[in-house]
Amino acid sequence: MANWGKIARRSFLIGSAAVAGGVAFGVYQYRRELPNPLQPGVGEATLNPWIIINQDGVTLVAARAEMGQGVYTTLPALVAEELDVAWEDVRVIHGPAAQAYYNGGLMSHALPATDYDRTGFQEVMIEAMTVLPKMIGLQVTGGSTSTLDAYEKLRQAGATAREVLKQAAADRLGLPRGSLETRDGRVIAPGGIELSYTDLAVEAAAIDPPRSVELRPRSQWRYLGQSMPRLDMVEKVTGAAEFAIDVRMPDMRFATVRMTPRLGGEMLSFDATAAEAMPGVDRVIDLGTGIAVVASNTWLAMQAADAVEIEWGPAPYPETSEEMLDIIRAALDEAPNSTLRDEGDIDRMEIDPADRVIEAEYTVPWLAHATMEPMSAAAHHTGDRLEIWAGSQAPGFAEARAAEAVGLDADQVSCHVTYLGGGFGRRGESDFIVLAARVAQAVQGTPVQVTWSREEDMRHDFYRPAAAARMRGVLRNGFAHALEGRVAAPSVTRQAMARMTGSAPPGPDKGHVEGMFNQPYAIPNYRVTGHLADLAVPVGFWRSVGNSFNGFFMESFIDEMAIAGGRDPLGFRLDLAEREHAPTAGVLRAVAEMSGWAADRPEGTGMGVAMTHSFHTPVAVVVEVQQQDRDIVLTRAWIACDVGTALDPSIVEAQMVGGLYFGLSAAMMEEISFAGGEVQQVNFPDFDALRIHQAPRVEVRILETQAHLSGVGEPATPPSMPALANAIYDLTGERIRDLPLNRRVRFVV
Amino acid sequence: MATTLTVNGTAHQVDLPDDVPLLWVLRDALGLTGTKYGCGVAACGACTVQIDGEAARSCQVALADVWGQVTTIEGLGTPAALHAVQAAWVEHQVAQCGYCQSGQIMQAATLLAATPDPTDEDIDTALSGNLCRCGTYPRIRAAVHAAAANLRGA
Ligand code: FES
Ligand code: FES
Repeated sequence: MANWGKIARRSFLIGSAAVAGGVAFGVYQYRRELPNPLQPGVGEATLNPWIIINQDGVTLVAARAEMGQGVYTTLPALVAEELDVAWEDVRVIHGPAAQAYYNGGLMSHALPATDYDRTGFQEVMIEAMTVLPKMIGLQVTGGSTSTLDAYEKLRQAGATAREVLKQAAADRLGLPRGSLETRDGRVIAPGGIELSYTDLAVEAAAIDPPRSVELRPRSQWRYLGQSMPRLDMVEKVTGAAEFAIDVRMPDMRFATVRMTPRLGGEMLSFDATAAEAMPGVDRVIDLGTGIAVVASNTWLAMQAADAVEIEWGPAPYPETSEEMLDIIRAALDEAPNSTLRDEGDIDRMEIDPADRVIEAEYTVPWLAHATMEPMSAAAHHTGDRLEIWAGSQAPGFAEARAAEAVGLDADQVSCHVTYLGGGFGRRGESDFIVLAARVAQAVQGTPVQVTWSREEDMRHDFYRPAAAARMRGVLRNGFAHALEGRVAAPSVTRQAMARMTGSAPPGPDKGHVEGMFNQPYAIPNYRVTGHLADLAVPVGFWRSVGNSFNGFFMESFIDEMAIAGGRDPLGFRLDLAEREHAPTAGVLRAVAEMSGWAADRPEGTGMGVAMTHSFHTPVAVVVEVQQQDRDIVLTRAWIACDVGTALDPSIVEAQMVGGLYFGLSAAMMEEISFAGGEVQQVNFPDFDALRIHQAPRVEVRILETQAHLSGVGEPATPPSMPALANAIYDLTGERIRDLPLNRRVRFVV
Repeated sequence: MATTLTVNGTAHQVDLPDDVPLLWVLRDALGLTGTKYGCGVAACGACTVQIDGEAARSCQVALADVWGQVTTIEGLGTPAALHAVQAAWVEHQVAQCGYCQSGQIMQAATLLAATPDPTDEDIDTALSGNLCRCGTYPRIRAAVHAAAANLRGA
């Protein structure tokens, strides 16, 4: 077990701020109800921040960004389950950016301890830390926390609203509330009297809701635990779903930006004569570190942007990825930023002559998010107001940053959150929204759609950092006796927090070592240190964050240990997990059974296993590969996960498969490299992802043995990468320690 | 000089230069935003439409080169009257973020018009140019088979 006492004596990266905040704000403020930001129109009523009722029916507010993960379905289902509305009648909107929609679940990751063996004390700490998101109105979609945060909150919202609707009916009919029932948007009284919610809503809004209501047990659920038809599906198959790039307004103009390709560098000079002479081009705007072109259509704006002659200043970081990797590797020998796990005594343990000691070093490259929809936002500046339409994972921050950029107060700026054409962490940043705001300011009075070219998008990301690890293991009688891991990379947490809040949090960076220090493996001597490399390349949250590299390092090395010890890789892991965490052992057993792991493999077939516990969810993956002529083909994959409660099994399955493919794409073929301080990859031909003919058949098994609900959007990504590398080892005998794998093997293209 | 363009059965006069790609004519001039921009270089398939029934990457077809009647996702079917492929997409709950799906569906509809009973391999070949970053491929395969069965039965 990780030593909680030891950890508690250290400072917390996020935790300290949160706990201190709790004291500063006081209990009263924390308990205080946050104001309902919804402003009902005539004949409309809002019963709490999640429910609007008018003559057309019931509209539920999701308040989280729908980026494919199904929050526009699962979150309304939580409310509807208690509110008793028919699924076909449910409508969903994102709603405004507001403090009431803070994400308390984010703090579930903040404690610098493993989360599979939390004590009661730790649970209390986490509870206390939700004060921070509440106080600063941290409305963020990320960290696989949306359902975790919403699970109690939204069911309570539905239940208390149902009770006030019943009370309104009771008052009108002169009957006790207890004699009434609810069904499909109506209150039903004895004798067949029915009153619709739309009819009762205005009266109900005047009634004080009960503070809390007992929630229905799982045995009574009608929507939760079922695969519900997604509320966004019909729109998304008919072209009707509105993404930010699709926002159109009368007299709208179309713009694009071209910012310095040396990220963080300056623009020394530019000449827009040729661009401005192009028919249909309105103007070229100087944005300081780049330019924007406003024109009659997006394509023309992009052509004109290319026609501007620009001289760029140097980048504030080394020119090539090779030099950067040297800096990252060198950090492995510097003093650690964190030692979040230190069990046994790595430095003084005795090593028997019969023990086997193995060592290995690994690296992974920079990665782009490459969301399917390039960065885009629409904006309309009318002097004293700025309206923005954007796919934002953090609309509150976006409003604040945009307001700053154009010199307005935050309450003069509204960010309307559209559907996101993929997020993966990229759309938690506000850079593209700020640029759209500035373009709108420059053409004040005219609504403008600002669309980045794919080339601009790929070369101006907040990248998943390149990272390196040095691993050392000791095997005794075929068992893992010791594991020491060192991880080095630039700190995503520090950079991202500094962008969001203005200062980088001090103390150990948990996100940097997650996926390595917190794995539920019983290894008597187990130490993980995190080493931060100082590089000014923009880095950000990329689906599964630190787990995306640590999962690969850890589970490749565990595989190497198993093989060095003459053990079966799956059985070796099972031994380690069984003594530490039953749900993790459970997913390993499940995936062994599903994949027929124990059976003999035909010639030319390899299988690899990996397990990562992340976002509170253990996920085990087996990947099968085959040699077909000169190419390696990914034939099949199996995933077993334990999510505690699967609120919507179809969505959980889709997220597991999508998360797996996302990781496989990276492991096989993705790499961002730098030369001359500029990103070398520009578009999908040189930064591709898995295609349908390359995608393995996948079988998913969802287990529900954990006591708590856990994340589903990210945790399948980390184990996918080592599972594939381990399968290739099984097939070819070659251990590949540096991603992407296609530098060393040929995949079918 | 205005060009006449027929999209989803409606004729439009488009006053844009000849070299503007059809994609941007649809999106920015006609307000038909169901057809998506993903790469602009024929590498992702998000912009797929049909021209005289043939699948085409609209980012690669200049306005002056449009050789026939254009059908976009909005013209294939509507929320009230879904095309068989769209209905199968709903039945199999294919879309995640949804951004690639207009292109996937237009490509799949084109495949089924020529190949009423496709194998997995036919599907993979036809759709390998349509990237999905969310990883909806297994459900795409299932939905294409379901749509094929429906269309054959109809
Ligand atoms: S936008 Fe046309 S293929 Fe990608
Ligand atoms: S559904 Fe998101 S890219 Fe395909």
